[in-house]
Amino acid sequence: MTTHVPGDALVSLNAVNKHYGQLHVLKDINLQVRKGEVVVVIGPSGSGKSTLCRAINRLETIEDGSISIDGKVLPEEGKELAQLRADVGMVFQSFNLFAHKTILENVTLGPIKVKGVNKATADKEAMALLERVGVGHQAPKLPAQLSGGQQQRVAIARALAMKPKVMLFDEPTSALDPEMINEVLDVMVQLAKEGMTMIVVTHEMGFARKAADRVVFMADGQIVEDATPEEFFTNPKSDRAKDFLSKLLTH
Amino acid sequence: MDVIIENLPLYWEGFLRTLFLSAVSGVIALVLGTLLAAARVSPVAALRGFSMVYVEVLRNTPLTIAFFFAAIVLPRLGVKFEQFEIAAIIALSTYTAAFIAEAVRSGVNSVPVGQAEAARSIGMGFGQVLSLIILPQALRTVIPPLINILIALVKNSSVAGAFFVLELFGYGRQLANANGDAVITVLLGTAFFYLLLTVPLGILASTVERKVAIAR
Repeated sequence: MTTHVPGDALVSLNAVNKHYGQLHVLKDINLQVRKGEVVVVIGPSGSGKSTLCRAINRLETIEDGSISIDGKVLPEEGKELAQLRADVGMVFQSFNLFAHKTILENVTLGPIKVKGVNKATADKEAMALLERVGVGHQAPKLPAQLSGGQQQRVAIARALAMKPKVMLFDEPTSALDPEMINEVLDVMVQLAKEGMTMIVVTHEMGFARKAADRVVFMADGQIVEDATPEEFFTNPKSDRAKDFLSKLLTH
Repeated sequence: MDVIIENLPLYWEGFLRTLFLSAVSGVIALVLGTLLAAARVSPVAALRGFSMVYVEVLRNTPLTIAFFFAAIVLPRLGVKFEQFEIAAIIALSTYTAAFIAEAVRSGVNSVPVGQAEAARSIGMGFGQVLSLIILPQALRTVIPPLINILIALVKNSSVAGAFFVLELFGYGRQLANANGDAVITVLLGTAFFYLLLTVPLGILASTVERKVAIAR
């Protein structure tokens, strides 16, 4: 499916399988993502794309196959897994900012507690990140005082504060009001331009066209197509993808 | 009324003992209960099992059994103490810890799972996720039930009076025996001193509850 050599890959999934009871949610998934690549995963709901994203930092366990980040296979549990997760930034659909911490503390907590960065440095870096995503002046507030779009941008800053090798986005704009989607997508496009390796599960086709190097189309737990955005949107090969795209375009 | 005023020093003495018993047992129970709740949600099956058995046994047996155990069975097993007060503290804190563990566990369950996922995804281990993210939020939501449990603890401490510990109820009983003509007054006096402890706790509960509520 892909022409990249596995050794070249920053994120590598090999023959990954997962069931939820009877339901086979991930069927023999093979996916290689190189450094600096932006891969957008799309597909109908229930196709396994979120599960795939969450499996990459082991928020979902897998039954067989292997996932490796920068050459290291994901450990089972414990310290090593925590270390590996620190290298993988994750942005959730529902933001999941720490509700009892200020915006600034949300961003500094990881560097201070996980990486042992001193508070002054962490504060300075966090403020720079918050400025970069456009919410610097919100630093002393609590998450609930911010709009959804602002919260999601803080969540991106929180993930970036760990200086991750790869960023995972699990439907980052699906819980947002329409007028707030762009402010989040703009931050993501900027991030893509700066060369961050990204795996983005989304329904935002505009983002896929604009920022993706590759589009991975999933249906029924399988990767059905893996192509450039250009190729995928103008000339989808499978009936499943044609069907999916036709449904999107009619509205 | 006279009987209360005449015996104020005794009441006061008992009040302080009850306060002491409740405070020490309360602190131990809070720590032990939180540890039990942490064990209950830990990834280690053995810890989960231990915590569950502990809570079910202590929560579902009468407090007097815990007292008999601490005051009579423990010394026979070689655990000796100078005063019965220690036995009372052991009984009260181990018994109360079971209830606190259940309250804290329900608080832990009330914290959205996404909070833990976000904490794990920035590389925190189980201990950090629990102590930095989950418990601080869980404890805020369980402050009202926790204070209810502490109020119950203050009242439960009266059982110690039956085990040779002279606290408020113990003195109250002595006074009632000594003043057969004023039993009702003596008991009302005793009740008043209990209220002096429990009513402020209730007020504290609602104040704290308002202060620490977290907006979502």
